[in-house]
Amino acid sequence: MSSEEPLREIAVTVNGTLHRCEVAERKNLADFLRHDLRLTGTHVGCEHGVCGACTVLVDGVSARGCLMLAVQADGCTVETVESLAASEPGPAGLGPLQQAFRDRHALQCGFCTPGILMSLTELLRDDPSPDEEAVRLVLSGHLCRCTGYQNIVAAALQAARARAGD
Amino acid sequence: MKAPSFRYHAPRTLDEALSLASTLPGPRLLAGGQSLMPMLNFRLVAPQHVIDLNRVAELSGIREDGEDLVIGSMTRQREIEFSPLVQARLPLLAEAIRWVGHRQTRNRGTIGGSLCHLDPSAEQPLVAMAMDARLCIATPGGRREVPMRSFAVDLMTPALEDGEILAELRIAPWAAGHGWAFLEFARRHGDYAIVAVAVLLELDAAGNASRVSIALGGVGATPLRVPAAEARLLGTRVAGTDIEAAAACCAEVDALGDPQVPAWYRQRLARTLCARAIPAALARAAGHAGSNP
Repeated sequence: MSSEEPLREIAVTVNGTLHRCEVAERKNLADFLRHDLRLTGTHVGCEHGVCGACTVLVDGVSARGCLMLAVQADGCTVETVESLAASEPGPAGLGPLQQAFRDRHALQCGFCTPGILMSLTELLRDDPSPDEEAVRLVLSGHLCRCTGYQNIVAAALQAARARAGD
Repeated sequence: MKAPSFRYHAPRTLDEALSLASTLPGPRLLAGGQSLMPMLNFRLVAPQHVIDLNRVAELSGIREDGEDLVIGSMTRQREIEFSPLVQARLPLLAEAIRWVGHRQTRNRGTIGGSLCHLDPSAEQPLVAMAMDARLCIATPGGRREVPMRSFAVDLMTPALEDGEILAELRIAPWAAGHGWAFLEFARRHGDYAIVAVAVLLELDAAGNASRVSIALGGVGATPLRVPAAEARLLGTRVAGTDIEAAAACCAEVDALGDPQVPAWYRQRLARTLCARAIPAALARAAGHAGSNP
């Protein structure tokens, strides 16, 4: 980065913590989370909005972290995969959705998983008992090259059932 | 890759945005960012200035104005998808919007951004073409209104001059009881359509087609209407032979070809999708013998 890189000050709440930072105007939100805040749970795959690995929640709705500038998140609330375990820790230190992914072997390499978890978090907040079709529609916005999706669907439905049983 | 360096501007009002757009050299307007951000990340574009419209509240929203439904250019696709007003009065748009990308991109993508990007396969410009939307463009001196047919100049080329900003679309809903259908073919759900078709249909008391709109996306450089197909259906009872003949007109349209998708294949898809969309629209139209009012 050259010394003439335009910077802008932003205030953004990430996983409940307010951060005031100077950030390069051209830096995308995913890179800001990873490089500036060191929240490396959010992964960067294709950088053009197709793979979904960088998906985070901005003001409660899912968005591609690579298709938003960090400066656009000024004043916003961002949730990343790091918030899931902390908000509802289970026996293994995992949130219920993460635990369902573990139980159902819904990940192999895990690269796509953080984005999928955030999209499913949004879905389960809107619709606590989604049917399989609703889960698959949300998953259509993500690419997973390992699992064939079947176990991800099973994990999402298990998490929904677990929540309903609470 | 990462976006090249640019100066970022976040105006709060349309006047402020217009002033920036007309004074800064080589600006790009940033709407929902679902097309411009990839272009920046690929370095297909390298503007000196990016003017972000996301904080211009007056460009967002859906309202009724007389006979028209008015949709602000910065209205997000998600808001359109869940708008009771759109579902009730513009069912074609409500159906088409679910074909746009994915939930994660519709949360940020805007209708105005898609219209100005003007991808030949995109759903929202196709609906605007099918419905003869009028586009209100804010200029440094005031406003002008352009019909969609004139707005879609050529491949990814809207009729916007430097310093102008698309402010809103005005769409006159079709009569209550009209039929509609939107179909597209893509390799995967959420991908850009290879071909998409929009059909609108009104029947008179005798059950004859009294108003017809048939539009294709992904075939030409811009979304386009098929006047021959519309004329073939108009006044008919929309019987099987009428549908086949109208669909055949869609196979006559000049089509773009590329190494993956040759022109003849787009023409064949246009014909097939049209032959499916017309009966689907007919079944929804009030006054159709088979419909259940």
